[in-house]
Amino acid sequence: MAKHHIEATVNGDPAEFLCETEDTLLDVLRDTLDLTGSKEGCSSGDCGACSVMLDGRLVCSCLVLGCEVGGRKIETIEGLAKGESLHPLQRRFLEAAALQCGICTPGFLVASKALLEKNANPSEHEVRFWLAGNLCRCTGYDKIVTAVMDTAAAMRKG
Amino acid sequence: MRYEAPESLEGAVALLAGAKGEARVLAGGTDLLVQMRADVVDPELIVDIKKIPETRTVTEEKGGWRIGAAVTGAELKEHTRLKQAWPGVVEAANLIGSTQVQGRATLGGNLCNGSPAADSVPALIAAGALASLAGPKGRRDLPVEDVMLGPRKLALTKGEIVVSFLLPPRPARSSDAYLRFIPRTEMDIAVVGAGVSLSLDAGGTITAARVSLGAVAARVLLVSEAAQAIIGSRLDKAAQDRLEAAARTACRPIDDKRGTIEFRTDVAAVLSRRTALIALDRARAN
Repeated sequence: MAKHHIEATVNGDPAEFLCETEDTLLDVLRDTLDLTGSKEGCSSGDCGACSVMLDGRLVCSCLVLGCEVGGRKIETIEGLAKGESLHPLQRRFLEAAALQCGICTPGFLVASKALLEKNANPSEHEVRFWLAGNLCRCTGYDKIVTAVMDTAAAMRKG
Repeated sequence: MRYEAPESLEGAVALLAGAKGEARVLAGGTDLLVQMRADVVDPELIVDIKKIPETRTVTEEKGGWRIGAAVTGAELKEHTRLKQAWPGVVEAANLIGSTQVQGRATLGGNLCNGSPAADSVPALIAAGALASLAGPKGRRDLPVEDVMLGPRKLALTKGEIVVSFLLPPRPARSSDAYLRFIPRTEMDIAVVGAGVSLSLDAGGTITAARVSLGAVAARVLLVSEAAQAIIGSRLDKAAQDRLEAAARTACRPIDDKRGTIEFRTDVAAVLSRRTALIALDRARAN
């Protein structure tokens, strides 16, 4: 059957693509729109490496069909930095070495940004629970959690 | 593979009823997409029900609450008044998966996935929720405990979908709770789940109760003996013991990698008591 013709907004810009029914939003982002920042880890919603915002809601793009997103707003890791200027979370992750191999990092950043937009002053407990769906096999999480808490503190000071 | 996203119930029912091959309803997709990926299912038709307004709204109705089958866990959590009326239902829904999964996972999907370990189902059954179905023969209501017949087996006929759930009005001094046991703190499948809803009179005696257990039988159980064990009591030690005994008797679990029959039976008793005590505390505060 014919491919679906979908129009959506990706990182603030109109995007148009064709996809098969079984193509996930992650497939579309990576393979069709060349937005390869979102990573494929498990493809079953367990690892969070493919985290994106869909109409302001944090989701795993591997658990969304491309054909579902017509008319909707998608924000990916590629939209975090403003030009050359990194998001405070990105800067802090680099300064605090909150990453090693980097595969999980885009997902952690998108998820952490979603948390800080909802809760500017999260406790460590809240950060850990919010990020429970993002798996990292390198860092042991402490540096990530600290980086998120430190960014939150810095952003509160403005 | 065909994808349709009808905007009316009639449209969705007609598509499903007319499907020649395997057809699947898509709500949040957190089970369906995983099953498609693992080649467990290969539907010819996917009917996305999220454009049908009734599936996506939470409204007050007849003093109770109607929750659309495709409302997400994250949306339920943000609904302050629903959470106040039915904290157990909302906390059960919020135990399903991660923040990301919460952004998509739904009550309708959790029920229709047909797992005896589904977290929101014991809470809905304890709440006395009715599932509102639409099918080729029109609308009908089924108590949630009658929707699932066994693992992956539902009482729905061809073309029938769960559209919404109706939670009954809450008398004063009523509340509910849900607890599950998992070997870790987050993101796991219930080894046992327990939902309890109860109402108290002015003196603190339980006048009505419903107890439901998940993951201890081929379907989620409504355990009326457990409810009878505490109705008329103030949940004193003797009533707690009767509740535990009734929960134990109702269990018909399997042995698997997540828990033995013996362990699940023990945990069902303990969780029933703890869940009832939480519901009692909440009801006293209402």
